[in-house]
Amino acid sequence: MPAFSCAFPGCRRDLLVIVLVVFVGIGLPIEASAPAYQSHGTEGSHLTNITNTKKAFPVLAVNYEHVRKPFEIALWILLALLMKLGFHLIPRLSAVVPESCLLIVVGLLVGGLIKVIGEEPPVLDSQLFFLCLLPPIILDAGYFLPIRPFTENVGTILVFAVIGTLWNAFFMGGLLYALCQIESVGLSGVDLLACLLFGSIVSAVDPVAVLAVFEEIHINELVHILVFGESLLNDAVTVVLYNLFEEFSKVGTVTVLDVFLGVVCFFVVSLGGVLVGAIYGFLAAFTSRFTSHTRVIEPLFVFLYSYMAYLSSEMFHLSGIMALIACGVVMRPYVEANISHKSYTTIKYFLKMWSSVSETLIFIFLGVSTVAGPHAWNWTFVITTVILCLVSRVLGVIGLTFIINKFRIVKLTKKDQFIVAYGGLRGAIAFSLGYLLSNSHQMRNLFLTAIITVIFFTVFVQGMTIRPLVELLAVKKKKESKPSINEEIHTEFLDHLLTGVEGVCGHYGHYHWKEKLNRFNKTYVKRWLIAGENFKEPELIAFYRKMELKQAIMMVESGQLPSVLPSTISMQNIQPRAIPRVSKKREEEIRRILRANLQNNKQKMRSRSYSRHTLFDADEEDNVSEVRLRKTKMEMERRVSVMERRMSHYLTVPANRESPRPGVRRVRFESDNQVFSADSFPTVHFEQPSPPSTPDAVSLEEEEEEEVPKRPSLKADIEGPRGNASDNHQGELDYQRLARCLSDPGPNKDKEDDDPFMSC
Amino acid sequence: MGALQSLPDEPEYRDLSEKTGFSFEQIGILHKRFKQLSHNEDTLRRDDLNTIPDLSCNPIRTQIIEAFFDKRNFHQNGEGTVQEISFEEFLVVMSHFRPPALDMTEEQREIIRREKLRFLFNMHDTDNDGTITLEEYRHVVEELLSRSGALGKETAKGIADAAMLEVASISMGHMEPDEFYEGITFEHFLKILKDIEIETRMNIRFLNMDTTNLCKKINSQQDHYLQVNGEQKIA
Repeated sequence: MPAFSCAFPGCRRDLLVIVLVVFVGIGLPIEASAPAYQSHGTEGSHLTNITNTKKAFPVLAVNYEHVRKPFEIALWILLALLMKLGFHLIPRLSAVVPESCLLIVVGLLVGGLIKVIGEEPPVLDSQLFFLCLLPPIILDAGYFLPIRPFTENVGTILVFAVIGTLWNAFFMGGLLYALCQIESVGLSGVDLLACLLFGSIVSAVDPVAVLAVFEEIHINELVHILVFGESLLNDAVTVVLYNLFEEFSKVGTVTVLDVFLGVVCFFVVSLGGVLVGAIYGFLAAFTSRFTSHTRVIEPLFVFLYSYMAYLSSEMFHLSGIMALIACGVVMRPYVEANISHKSYTTIKYFLKMWSSVSETLIFIFLGVSTVAGPHAWNWTFVITTVILCLVSRVLGVIGLTFIINKFRIVKLTKKDQFIVAYGGLRGAIAFSLGYLLSNSHQMRNLFLTAIITVIFFTVFVQGMTIRPLVELLAVKKKKESKPSINEEIHTEFLDHLLTGVEGVCGHYGHYHWKEKLNRFNKTYVKRWLIAGENFKEPELIAFYRKMELKQAIMMVESGQLPSVLPSTISMQNIQPRAIPRVSKKREEEIRRILRANLQNNKQKMRSRSYSRHTLFDADEEDNVSEVRLRKTKMEMERRVSVMERRMSHYLTVPANRESPRPGVRRVRFESDNQVFSADSFPTVHFEQPSPPSTPDAVSLEEEEEEEVPKRPSLKADIEGPRGNASDNHQGELDYQRLARCLSDPGPNKDKEDDDPFMSC
Repeated sequence: MGALQSLPDEPEYRDLSEKTGFSFEQIGILHKRFKQLSHNEDTLRRDDLNTIPDLSCNPIRTQIIEAFFDKRNFHQNGEGTVQEISFEEFLVVMSHFRPPALDMTEEQREIIRREKLRFLFNMHDTDNDGTITLEEYRHVVEELLSRSGALGKETAKGIADAAMLEVASISMGHMEPDEFYEGITFEHFLKILKDIEIETRMNIRFLNMDTTNLCKKINSQQDHYLQVNGEQKIA
């Protein structure tokens, strides 16, 4: 779907033309300016050498070398993004062809162009790839990894990742060696270790490619997490096998001791990577506990600690990908409990942005490298590689599923198996590993060519056909569900129920250990890593608050008062009582008052300026109080009739009443020194003295209270109720103002411009 | 009863297996567990389940135990609660947590889904009037949050109210302001939870191998006083 609708039919085409012109123009200046500079340089030195005559002061001079590196990098990234933009302007194309294919094609075109010009196209530098392009994608994947399906299926994922990859590597390596033995192929010089090395490079499912393709097909959660988890966790196997065979092929022989060491190495690499990641994760969580005063740099901590985890584990030749995943997974629950909502949004958007750019660049560079790289083509070898890839994957998946299904509660169906097998795409990691092979390998070019062919095949053929196949086979798609409080309640209920039933059964299963971990987490870990008193908060409450916050912010952003739920059903419908109805006319008046004030408040909020340092404090306050304002007003709308009814009751009740939760109000006074509206909310005061049998009052109150404890400095919820005369006095004033407001026959629009809601 | 009880022979197991769908080995293991819990008697009482150490820190312990003694879960169209249950009834309650077989059709899965959701519904609907009222739902949420002290009580009400509103809007769509939503009926319950895929979630692993020795060691505190009293335990 195009992001905008054109006034003229031709303007979309024009934009594409512009984009094409831009990227054609990109190649030329880069190459043209290089020789231009050289001539300029020699000229300058020539001049100074010969004579001392004063030359005219250069008003305008070109110094490209000065900015060359960043200029080229920026230009490449810009090109990549313009391409991405271009694709989404062509609706039919992006629906049929996955983006990764298009980007590779663009890369091919650009590479071809550069070659035509006569320059050497840049190859995807492995250093650049592993240190700059890959980490953002993996961090994005790891940070937003859906934990529940991942942990429920972790056994299956590990089996696929470890045993599946081993099977692929050895099957392919072995059969290719057998192939090379055949005289007619002409590759008799290739020994077993080289073939096994090649097998290990090509056998690993690539997370980048899987992400790129699976993002667009929206398959059900189980299959997604299986393929995706496998692509992440097989990195350890790939690293070990690659290093192992690389070492061995230099030496030429393998002993039993080496094999044993290899196995030990695997455990060290994988567990070591996870450990490094977890350590950095805890460090990040601990740091985030203290960032309440410097909210602006919170996202940076997340990014830097994760990147350090990656680099540290790469330093020790441990699995960097597993370190990144472990870091993201470990730090996320604690960091999210500590950071502000804005920081959370920032992290989310930055991660998505970086991973998007990285992915785009990777695919384009793949295309360019194809044109650039030295190729050695051998029909038999390459075709056999491609076929063997498919065959070994299918065999591996079927065989492993047969074994795994004996241990799974929810078995994998044939459809699931098919998608898992078909979704095993190879990508840029395989290419970079192949590129890393030292030139002493005589077969390096052949291997590179074969790897590129496999990548092209999987990305193009499998990537393009997987979507129609998913439709054809009617595989279950991902359910687009809004967060539902009922589902959340029942998910938690189920957890406890199943743990309990496991206890009755007497054996310690999945739920028992999960419960133990949760308890450990709650009593020890959370205490250290979560700021303020939030660590005591159970998940359900956190979820509920988040949902409310989201709804409220949605209202803020849309600038009106929609109700998220259909507005005809309100608290009245589920409360058993007999209510005298307020007249419709009165209700309309009150609604009008509320709406008018809401618009005013919104305008006032917007005009507040802020400095860089208090960016988050001011806005946070604004947001939270505005959120509260609107939420309460929404509730007020719903309870208009209730309020009317109660008015008569309160007019006879003495002002000095025992407040059940004055702590809440006191907290509001402290923090809302500048916010005009929050202080004078009439609603809480209004309903607060009501007897606890009417549920509305209480629920309104803790709606107030729910948004408040987001900030770590507020401890009101935990402290017990404390009587405070000033609170009651304030409440009385507010209540009187409200009474005046509601008894006022009609609002005066001009007057409301300056006054907050109360003084109408 | 102090003497070792012999395991029931094959025909009885076959009967139970047909009724509940467990395999013979699973029934054997569950029978051992039943005897362990009931201290070798024929019937199980609430107190027997109360003493399980694993359940002590479970927030919804009472509801779980009640579910075992709820006649509605015995598949015999009964109502009300009993004071003690036999092994057969124990097995029937346990059968609610069996996973669906791989080769089931969509209709069979639907039946299993209804059965499991019915179990959950019965757990919430304590007064057995066919609907989950607001009070009952509040009680559920309160129990879930019962670990959080005073904080839990207040927010529980809010959460339960919001949840109820959600159910009402999804099931009823549009209601006049003076209409009253009585409570969540079973059909509404099905509707709001249809996305959870309960037939894959509400399962526990029933062992085919005997690990009661392992469990005995862990439950040894429970068995201690029995040994003191001289009762024999099944190995």
